Amino acid sequence: MITTKDLTKVYTSRGRQVSALRGVDLHVRTGEVYGVVGTSGAGKSTLIRCVNLLERPSSGTVTVDGVELTALPGGRPGSAQRGAGRELRAARGRIGMVFQHFNLLSSRTVRENVELPLELTGLGRTERRRKAGELLELVGLGDKAGAYPSQLSGGQKQRVGIARALAGDPKVLLSDEATSALDPETTRSILALLRELNQQLGLTVLLITHEMEVIKSVCDSAALMRDGRITESGTLTDLLATEGSELARELFPLGDPDSDLGTGRPGATVLEITFQGDSSSQPFVSQLARTYQVDINILGAAVETIGGRQVGRMRVELPGDHQDNVVPIGFLREQGLQVDLISPNGVVA
Amino acid sequence: MNWDDMQPLLHDATIETLQMVGIATLVTLLVGLPLGVLLVLTDKGGPLRNAVVNKVVGAIVNVGRSLPFVILLVALIPFTRWVVGTSIGWQAATVPLAVGAIPFYARLVESAVRGVDGGLVEAVHAMGGGTWAVVRKVLLPEALPALLAALTTTVIALVGYSAMAGTVGGGGLGNLAITYGYMRFETNFMIVIVVELVLLVTLVQLLGDFAVRRLKR
Repeated sequence: MITTKDLTKVYTSRGRQVSALRGVDLHVRTGEVYGVVGTSGAGKSTLIRCVNLLERPSSGTVTVDGVELTALPGGRPGSAQRGAGRELRAARGRIGMVFQHFNLLSSRTVRENVELPLELTGLGRTERRRKAGELLELVGLGDKAGAYPSQLSGGQKQRVGIARALAGDPKVLLSDEATSALDPETTRSILALLRELNQQLGLTVLLITHEMEVIKSVCDSAALMRDGRITESGTLTDLLATEGSELARELFPLGDPDSDLGTGRPGATVLEITFQGDSSSQPFVSQLARTYQVDINILGAAVETIGGRQVGRMRVELPGDHQDNVVPIGFLREQGLQVDLISPNGVVA
Repeated sequence: MNWDDMQPLLHDATIETLQMVGIATLVTLLVGLPLGVLLVLTDKGGPLRNAVVNKVVGAIVNVGRSLPFVILLVALIPFTRWVVGTSIGWQAATVPLAVGAIPFYARLVESAVRGVDGGLVEAVHAMGGGTWAVVRKVLLPEALPALLAALTTTVIALVGYSAMAGTVGGGGLGNLAITYGYMRFETNFMIVIVVELVLLVTLVQLLGDFAVRRLKR
C-alpha cells in the first residue's frame, strides 16, 4: 500500500548539509498497522512527512495505493516545497493524517473541524454535516459536535483529529506521534481506536513513535530507524524470531544485560530463550534439567502479548562456558525455541 | 461661544470625521489585509515563498510607515487631486489617511497572521488544500481576533491622523479645533472638541475589545 524506494532527504541549513534520510526502503502492506520507531532525530518524522510529500524528498520514489506521488506535478524529488499540483492535492486528500499536537482549528467547532476536508472537496452542506456526524459517532464523540476544541481533553482532541483524517475516506492513515502528547491511559484508548479502525475499515496505518509500548500494543509490523536508515524491519512475529534482533530486545526487555544479574556469574553461560505460540506450553526448563542434569538458574522472565500473540522470554544461566553447553542449547533449539547467547559484556554473541 | 452655537458646527464636523475615518478604514482593510497576508505567504517558509516580492512589498511598507503623516499629507496633494478632484475638504483627506494607514495595518496583519500555528497550515496541506484554502480556512479565521484588535488600533490612529489632516484644510473635528479653538481663542470650544475626540477613541477601543472577546475561543 505504501512503498518508498531509496528515499533520501538532505536539508541545507546555513550552508551546512544535514541528511535526515539516507536511502529508506519502506514497504507497508495493505491492511496492516506498521510502526516506525526510533529516537528523536532518527528521521522518522521526515519519513512520514515524505509519504504524503508534505516534505519533498531529495531523491527516491514514494508510491501510495498504486499512485507514484513523486511522479506527479509538483511532487518530484527536489522540487520546491511550494506548489503542489492538482493531482498531488487530490492524492493527499485520500491519505489521512493525524498529528502529535492535533492541529485543530480553534475557531471552529468539533463538527466544523471534521467538515473542513469535505469543504475542500466541495461536498454540499447537508452531506458534510451528515458525514461529520457519522465520523464523530465512529470515534465516540457524537455528543461533542458543537463543542470547541479548547473545551476538550487531549484524548478527545485526538479523536477529533482522527475523525477529520477519515473524512476523505482514506485507505491510508499516517500517524505522526499521535499519542506522544497523551497520558498512558489515553494513549491506550487512542491506540485501541486506531486498531479498531484498522480492522473495521480495512485501513492501512503507518505510524511513527518513540515509544516501544505503541509498537507492542497495535502494530503488526515494525521498523527500527536509526540515523536516517531503517536498520531492521518485519512483522513482529518474525522480528521476535530473529536471533539478535535489536527491535525484539527492545520490545521485550529483560532488564539491562550489563547488570550483574544480567550477565550471571563468571564461568557461566547466559542464554535468552524466546518462545511464542505453541512452544510456550512445553515444560522445557524441567525437561532440560532432567535430561542433561544441568542446574538452571533463572535470571529473569516475562510473558507479554505482542501483536496479539503470547510471547515469553526468559534469561537463564547454565554452569560452565559455551563449549560445555553446546548440547543443552541444541536441545532447546530443537524444541522450536529461539535461543540467544549473551556474552559477558552483554552483547549477543 | 455657547452650546447652541457650537452644536451645529460640532454635528457637521463629527459627521465629516466619521466619514473620512470610515472610508479610509474600508480602503485600508481592502488593501492592507491582502498586503499583510502576502508578506507572510511570500516569506521564506511560506507556501508562496518569493524573495523578490517579499522584499519589494516589505520595502514599500517600511517607507510608508516611516514617512511622517504631515509630510504624506502634503506630498500626496497631486495624487489626491487626481483621485478625488480636490485637495481640500474631508473627501480629500481620506486619500492620505488611507495611504498612511495601509502600511501600518499591513504590518499588524503580518504579525497577526504569523501568530497562527504552522501545524494548522500543514494539516490543511495534508488534507489536500492549496494556498487559497490555507488563507481562507486557516490563516484568516484563526487570526480573526488579532486582525480585529489590529483594526481597532488602526482606526484609533486614523482618528488621530484625521484631526491632523483637519489642520491643513481637511475638514472634520481637527479643522474645527484649529479654526475656532485655536485661531479665535475659543478655549471652551477647544475643550469640547478634545473631549469628543477622547470619547470617540474610547468608544472605538471598547467596541473593538468587546468584539475580540466575543471571537476568542
